[in-house]
Amino acid sequence: MINSLLPPAFILVIGAILIPFLGGKTKAAYMLALPVVVFITLLNLSLGNTWIVEFWGYELIMGRVDKLSLIFAYVFTIMTFLGVLFALQVKDNLQHVAGLIYAGSTLGVVLAGDFLSLYLFWEIMAVSSTFLIIASRTRESREAGFRYILVHLIGGLFLLAGIVLYVQKSGTIAFDYIGLTGIESYLIFIGIALNAAAIPLHAWLPDAYPNGTPTSTVFLSAFTTKSAVYLLIRTFPGADILIVIGALMVSLPIFYAVLENDIRRVLSYSLMNQVGFMLVGIGIGTELALNGAVAHAFCHIIYKALLFMAAGSVLQMTGKIKCTELGGLYKTMPLTCVFCMVGALSISAFPFFSGFVSKSMIVSASGYEQLFIVWLILQFASTGVVDHAGIKVPFFTFFGHDSGIRAKEPPLNMLIAMGIAASLCIGLGVFYKPLYNMLPFPVHYVPYTGAHVVGQLQLLLFGALAFTLLILSGYYVPEVRSKNIDADWTYRMFGRFAYKVMDKGLNSLNRISEWVLIRSVKGFSSFFSKAAVNIALFVSVNLWLLLGYRGKRLEIKKEKLYNDFSEGTLPIGIGAAAAISFILLIFILT
Amino acid sequence: MKKELTIFDNPENVKRLRKGFFVALVLVLIAEAFVDMHGEFSVAHFYGFYAVYGFISYVLLIFVAKVLRKIIMRKEDYYDQ
Repeated sequence: MINSLLPPAFILVIGAILIPFLGGKTKAAYMLALPVVVFITLLNLSLGNTWIVEFWGYELIMGRVDKLSLIFAYVFTIMTFLGVLFALQVKDNLQHVAGLIYAGSTLGVVLAGDFLSLYLFWEIMAVSSTFLIIASRTRESREAGFRYILVHLIGGLFLLAGIVLYVQKSGTIAFDYIGLTGIESYLIFIGIALNAAAIPLHAWLPDAYPNGTPTSTVFLSAFTTKSAVYLLIRTFPGADILIVIGALMVSLPIFYAVLENDIRRVLSYSLMNQVGFMLVGIGIGTELALNGAVAHAFCHIIYKALLFMAAGSVLQMTGKIKCTELGGLYKTMPLTCVFCMVGALSISAFPFFSGFVSKSMIVSASGYEQLFIVWLILQFASTGVVDHAGIKVPFFTFFGHDSGIRAKEPPLNMLIAMGIAASLCIGLGVFYKPLYNMLPFPVHYVPYTGAHVVGQLQLLLFGALAFTLLILSGYYVPEVRSKNIDADWTYRMFGRFAYKVMDKGLNSLNRISEWVLIRSVKGFSSFFSKAAVNIALFVSVNLWLLLGYRGKRLEIKKEKLYNDFSEGTLPIGIGAAAAISFILLIFILT
Repeated sequence: MKKELTIFDNPENVKRLRKGFFVALVLVLIAEAFVDMHGEFSVAHFYGFYAVYGFISYVLLIFVAKVLRKIIMRKEDYYDQ
């Protein structure tokens, strides 16, 4: 097999740097070619380790190629192509460069066989994705980007601390299965879990993602969380705590998604809910469950990107993204509407759409392991997905009350990107065999049994019935303009609290010391200035007496001198004379 | 000006859509009689379990969310104050 000289990560990262030097059609063709070159490279890879570099006595493995890393690399590359195509009309080079470096670094993470190169790409990923958030160039996006990078740098420090301890203990920087055993494994776990938006380390996601540009959020939705999912599958499969975290993630965010008004924030909570399914699968840790987690990541990346593309198209064409401001857009954006519906049906795991063939693996795996409560929670969450992503997003955007907005369809490249993503969603749902063949473990699972299809259809349709009845009777949660507080409240409020502590504590200390200083200096100086006056008076009066001043004239002289001294209005000559005599005195004495 | 789709402006069409939806509901309930609802848990063997569970889940979700809103909802500019 022929391997290209460069690892896929470098093709994108180095390739991205050239973008600002190109223009027009060349630039467009070049950007689209990059993921294609990566894809061809991946197709030609043979299993095993490649791109091994010696570095300070350590072996960096930049191409750990096995079925697990390959399938993630494939879907990341497909996603890069779709993301680039969707953003093709964007003039802002910052977004293109950051987007491709970001995509490249996640390929680096997925193919890394050692901790050193993993950590390097991990940090590039954090920094480049921050640029995608602040690319909106609004105050909110700058602030959210700032919080995002702080949170991720802290997560990176946990990972680094864990890596250092791990390498010291094991003597090698290569890694594979770790398992929760010692302090170093917990540190690594926290570092990775933060990127997976694991509750309670999740708040950065719904805080930052809705602030990206219409196109950059599509990139963001795909890579960070799923590269963390990949690492968790690799390093912590079967960790029971992931079942608990996953169960929290599938259930809690859906309540927020019901209440949220910003469509991209609804989708962000829905993203967490979907990653929750994957974490449950990883926590269960059987071959079926892990296969399910991988398959679900694959399908999820595409339909979630499709949903964010539809939301991005709406934002770009209308300038609005809130449920309260949208509605009735199907009239002038029918294609976007259809693509959004395909994404909605896929995420709802409707039979013959991609979510069905992947999610049912995880749900079935929880059943086979007799995890009754988990199974109930997963079924409950499946219904929850129907509400927010399946109904709420398409309904309030494209149907619902007519907002009067008559926006046109987005540019052709955006429509094509959505079209490809939508075809993939249906393709994966119908022809699921190729996907199953790519999974890390052999698959014996059959998704389309009568029981699965009928059970799922009942769940979805009767959930939809509940929606219909609730909205017709007026009991459905009204859409209101609001901000719902989440866990980021803690650090945002801590920031404010810290500011207040600084303000009240240190500044009041300042004020006190200033007050003390001024009082004492004033007292001190007035004592000396008074002393000077008194000495001056004493000397002068005696002098004047000697000179023969008496009575009224002496009084006037005394008063004048006193005033001059205390108000500092002595003729300038006296000050100068004093200064010169002072210098002379020093000159004589030394 | 591109022409607009107005298919759902006609209440007849909305009614048709709703009717189709109710037919689908009945069909998936009937369909259960013809398939073997194998499953790991005995509750899932009750006829119409998924339908009932889906409906209850949904209603529960909305009502709990309504209560939650009282706790977590703030003004849009909450963090800017």
